[in-house]
Amino acid sequence: MSALKSREAILFAAILTLLLLIASRFPGFVSPQNLVSVFTDTAPLIILALGQMVVILTRCIDLSVAANLALTGMVCAMVNVALPGLPVALVLVIAVTLGAALGSLNGLLVWKLDIPPIVVTLGTMTIFRGLIFLLSEGQWINAHEMSASFTGFPRSLLLGMPVLGWIAVLAVAVMALVMGRTTLGRAFFAVGGNPHAAVYTGIDVGRTQFLAFVISGALAGLTGYLWIARYAVAYVDIAGGFELDVVAACVIGGISIAGGAGSVIGTLLGALFLGVVKNALPVVDISPFWQLAISGAAILVAVAFNARAGRSRGRLILKSAEQPQ
Amino acid sequence: MSLAETRMTATPQPDRPDQPRTPRHIPDQLRSPLDRRLKSWESLLLLVALAVFVLNSFASPYFLNAWNLSDATFNFTEKAMIAFAMALLIIAGEIDLSVASIIALSSTAMGLVMQAGYPTPVIVATGLGSGLLCGAFNGVLVTRLGLPSIVVTIGTMSLFRGLSYIILGDGAFRGYPADFAWFGQGYAFWVISVEFVIFALLAVVYAVVLHKTNFGRAVYAVGNNPTAALFSGIRVARVKMTLFLLTGLMSGLASVCLTSRLGSTRPSIATGMELEVVTMVVLGGVSILGGSGSIPGVVIAAFLMGLVTFGLGLLNVPGIVMSIFIGLLLIGVIALPRLWSRLRGAR
Repeated sequence: MSALKSREAILFAAILTLLLLIASRFPGFVSPQNLVSVFTDTAPLIILALGQMVVILTRCIDLSVAANLALTGMVCAMVNVALPGLPVALVLVIAVTLGAALGSLNGLLVWKLDIPPIVVTLGTMTIFRGLIFLLSEGQWINAHEMSASFTGFPRSLLLGMPVLGWIAVLAVAVMALVMGRTTLGRAFFAVGGNPHAAVYTGIDVGRTQFLAFVISGALAGLTGYLWIARYAVAYVDIAGGFELDVVAACVIGGISIAGGAGSVIGTLLGALFLGVVKNALPVVDISPFWQLAISGAAILVAVAFNARAGRSRGRLILKSAEQPQ
Repeated sequence: MSLAETRMTATPQPDRPDQPRTPRHIPDQLRSPLDRRLKSWESLLLLVALAVFVLNSFASPYFLNAWNLSDATFNFTEKAMIAFAMALLIIAGEIDLSVASIIALSSTAMGLVMQAGYPTPVIVATGLGSGLLCGAFNGVLVTRLGLPSIVVTIGTMSLFRGLSYIILGDGAFRGYPADFAWFGQGYAFWVISVEFVIFALLAVVYAVVLHKTNFGRAVYAVGNNPTAALFSGIRVARVKMTLFLLTGLMSGLASVCLTSRLGSTRPSIATGMELEVVTMVVLGGVSILGGSGSIPGVVIAAFLMGLVTFGLGLLNVPGIVMSIFIGLLLIGVIALPRLWSRLRGAR
């Protein structure tokens, strides 16, 4: 536990150092106003990373989150075009439900047919993208076709921060409660930490993995609406490749890809690290083309660091043979 | 077989997340059901490929034309080159998701060398060499530091393509020498393209290596049980390192062919190709969990995917809709045999 704490402390220190370095030359970057806008800009990544965290904790991976987001977002936009008067609350319900349904498709294939999660989600990722094309016939849905309340909701200010940011705060709080204070949260850790032991303590491993995919899907669906409304445009390739950023945020945040180790705070910090880097690059006048390479390097450093921390705790035996028995 | 299955179902399935319900088989077991199933798997694939071929020739009058068919091979030759090495890597229990990014970085390196005015042999050597270097980078991280290959290669997938973006930005390299076009646009004789000849030669080489050599046997052993392989004297790390190097080299080769065919380099080159390569390997009957699979299966899967893509293209089906078929194929190919064995087991 102390290793986990220190890992998050190191990440927190890294983010602070980054902010201080930027602030030493561009003080405007750390003004409260700008920090709020950086946080809001990172909100979709935070929400998606929380869902991905649960999935990775149970030794799975969900590569379909970005495609789920895009498909749900497109459906929400089409619903809005067809029924402009529909209240935002109902749109939110539709988004979360559809996202959860798409996630449960992944979960069922993993649970009932034992198909490796990476294969399932690679497949559903391309299928979801294709479905968006079939639904929209390749057309874009633009700002003028959406109603003002639909696009206004995530951007409306509440105590100085857009609703989008508050939803991320809420998601962090809820997930912290679920992971720390419920049996389901314990089950996620148990399944990832030692599936054999989990079975003998009465936890249904497959069902727990299924629920992880449903949570990841629901959060992706929620982000789908928020994303489409915030940028006021919906098209096939929206958030293309974003699933890698999400996995990156988790890995940087100290979620072990071998399952069972990680925390909500770590995930939040991992996402914030990527968010600060992304928002700082244009400020310090580095081409945004550097972002991809930086996040790639950050993943490698983080995973090497995590493996070291994991090894000192003695989790893996006979590492040279690769597979903990 | 029945013994193993009853054992699996009698225990309260503690092995579930780690292992599939079907027990892993060692390929040299006598009368192994895997042997029979693999053979039938490949003949099934072949049947499907033939059916697609016949359907296509009815659906479009332009299909049965030697030149059109020759064009269709370009749909899969470059991916299949990587798929051969990837098949070995997946059989050994690892995966490389960075192959498309290696193509981008190799292509960028070739562009830099080309701009400096070097002739074609140097350009090709650069492409192959940078592919090999990328593979070595992945291999060292996985085998020396003991990191999981899926995370490492998701990281290098961003890193390699990111480097390509840093060098090129939104620009492009153009103006490759005329003789460089031979690799991607040349024909060995009549309608047989240079790429197809490379593909066919590699298929033979990989089939021999995997199915007829000690090294190939070691690849299966490592994938089935790395601990047992280690104790039986196989240098597990060295086998894996070799496979990462091979995958890098094949990505470099695919980069040479693709760059030569397109005649230009952009950092977005070959985006998403890693998924098609993995799909091809899995469709070819290679278990994603490692330990089983064959090169003939991958070859047939390559033809099948090429035929489906080309046939749908002739029918004016957009590329993104084809990706639905590819996705369904990927899941269906794994789901159907499991559903089948579950139904049989229920009886």
